Amino acid sequence: MLIGGILVITRKNPVHSALALIVTLLAQASIYLMLYAPFVAGVQIILYAGGIMVLFLFVIMLVSIDRSMRERQFNSQWVAGIIAATALGGLFIAVYTKGTSIFPEHALPVVENDNTQKIATMLYGQYMFAFEIASLLLLVAIIGAVVMAKKKI
Amino acid sequence: MGRIILYIQSYLSSDQTPGAAGNMFWVLVYIMLVFGGLSVAVIAMNWLERKILAHMQVRLGPMRVGPHGLLQPIADALKLLLKEDIMPAEADGVIFWVAPFVVVLAAFTVFVVVPFGPTHAITDMNIGILFMLGVSSLSVLGIVMAGWASNSHYPLIGALRSSAQMVSYEVAMGLAVVSVVLMTSLNATGTGTLSMIGIVQAQQSQGVWFIFKFFPLGLIGFFIFAVAMVAETNRAPFDLAEAESELTAGFHTEYSGFRWSLFFLAEYSAMIAVSSIAVTLWLGGWLRPFPNALSGSTWDFMFSFFPAAAFLFLAAITFFNVVRMPKHPLFRIQTIGLAGFGVVLGLIGLVLLVPAVRMRVQDIFWFSAKVAAFMYLYIWYRGTFPRYRFDQLMRMGWKVLLPMGLGVLILTAGVALLQQNLWHP
Repeated sequence: MLIGGILVITRKNPVHSALALIVTLLAQASIYLMLYAPFVAGVQIILYAGGIMVLFLFVIMLVSIDRSMRERQFNSQWVAGIIAATALGGLFIAVYTKGTSIFPEHALPVVENDNTQKIATMLYGQYMFAFEIASLLLLVAIIGAVVMAKKKI
Repeated sequence: MGRIILYIQSYLSSDQTPGAAGNMFWVLVYIMLVFGGLSVAVIAMNWLERKILAHMQVRLGPMRVGPHGLLQPIADALKLLLKEDIMPAEADGVIFWVAPFVVVLAAFTVFVVVPFGPTHAITDMNIGILFMLGVSSLSVLGIVMAGWASNSHYPLIGALRSSAQMVSYEVAMGLAVVSVVLMTSLNATGTGTLSMIGIVQAQQSQGVWFIFKFFPLGLIGFFIFAVAMVAETNRAPFDLAEAESELTAGFHTEYSGFRWSLFFLAEYSAMIAVSSIAVTLWLGGWLRPFPNALSGSTWDFMFSFFPAAAFLFLAAITFFNVVRMPKHPLFRIQTIGLAGFGVVLGLIGLVLLVPAVRMRVQDIFWFSAKVAAFMYLYIWYRGTFPRYRFDQLMRMGWKVLLPMGLGVLILTAGVALLQQNLWHP
């Protein structure tokens, strides 16, 4: 995942960056698997790697990339970059050294056989309102995209 | 030697798939078997497609290479291996090289969860069907990469069209699959399952193949999936992206020799993969016809002769054709070859009559027979239907199949709810 992430930001060719992002997303799916969440891993592969990245690649391939490939890469904000990276590194070290005592409950449910069923029960039961709001948001996005792309309404 | 036999026997009486049992050795054996079987199936499909298309078009097809063209696939494979490997000058080297492998990987990894029997799968993930849909959507990426890396406009347009088509029909496929997953939850505990083996066991416990459940909803769902799977694999009548008369072979124009054969391999494996999804979800997987209506040991006994009968029938047809071969001396070697093939088929049929083999091979045989029927349907569609124009194709995917899929899902949920409330108030 680290290699994929680094490749995303360092490649000149945007198509290579997009492919490295696909590798990163697949590694993310395997991290979900290691956290005993197979449903999220499967959905990550279907939606992110198989859907969203395909659309990314569409756009990248339809836009000419010669101009952007010939531009000189620049690094003029390296001060802010170093400060942000140090802060993030400090956060990581702090969490790592404190260990699991930060989190109130660290008992991870190992049983993953009914992960999908449990997610479904929670999503349609306890978190129904959030689910409906998220789907309404997606509907608004779809309608917005159609309105913007149509020639005449 | 005795210990090896004991080990094999102890395995054969297990009730779990090798992956679920964590047994790495048998997992590897199964992977080899599935890989080998798939390669043989792709080779057979090559020959079958040319012969069946030819017979549908009232011509003969390949007859020269072996008896009745049986060695044609081997000649094709040799030709593809020996062809010059061309890479366009301006092509993106790494992506050009990786693209066929991504498509082949995606097409073959799907078979990890395909259930040939209650314990005959490489493993049984509890997100089985989700895994299959996800990994088969990764092949879209390989196609886009292939079209881009060729650095020429025909492949690029072909790749973009092909991937747009595949993504569109994935939505319709997903909806049809969701309606089936809904049907698996109509059991005593009220929880469904996404695992492939679980879906077939749900059909067995509910006593009905899902294609016939809530008639005609199961049938319409199956029809949606059947159309979407043909479009998903870029086969006729949805093969605009790779048809020779339209785009000079689309995204694999610039690929020659072995690289093209990888695309070809991946296409046929993807066909077999989505057919096995359809068979598992709607047609009862490894169950023999009428598992509950005609149950009991005598019916089991009678149905258990089907594999042997099928192979013996094929052997009989082969011997009939041996008799019909021309009696010219130059044809002697072909006649002998065909007779040898018939003898091999007959021997397989006789081996399948042995009781120990007969009991174990039932599941695999019925599953493979149903998938073979789907392969025949694929070839039939290619020989029958004219090609869809691309805008008609996209219109069908979004405006026809998607609303139908949504309708089937809502109606299935409604009927299931009615059934639950009427029978268990």
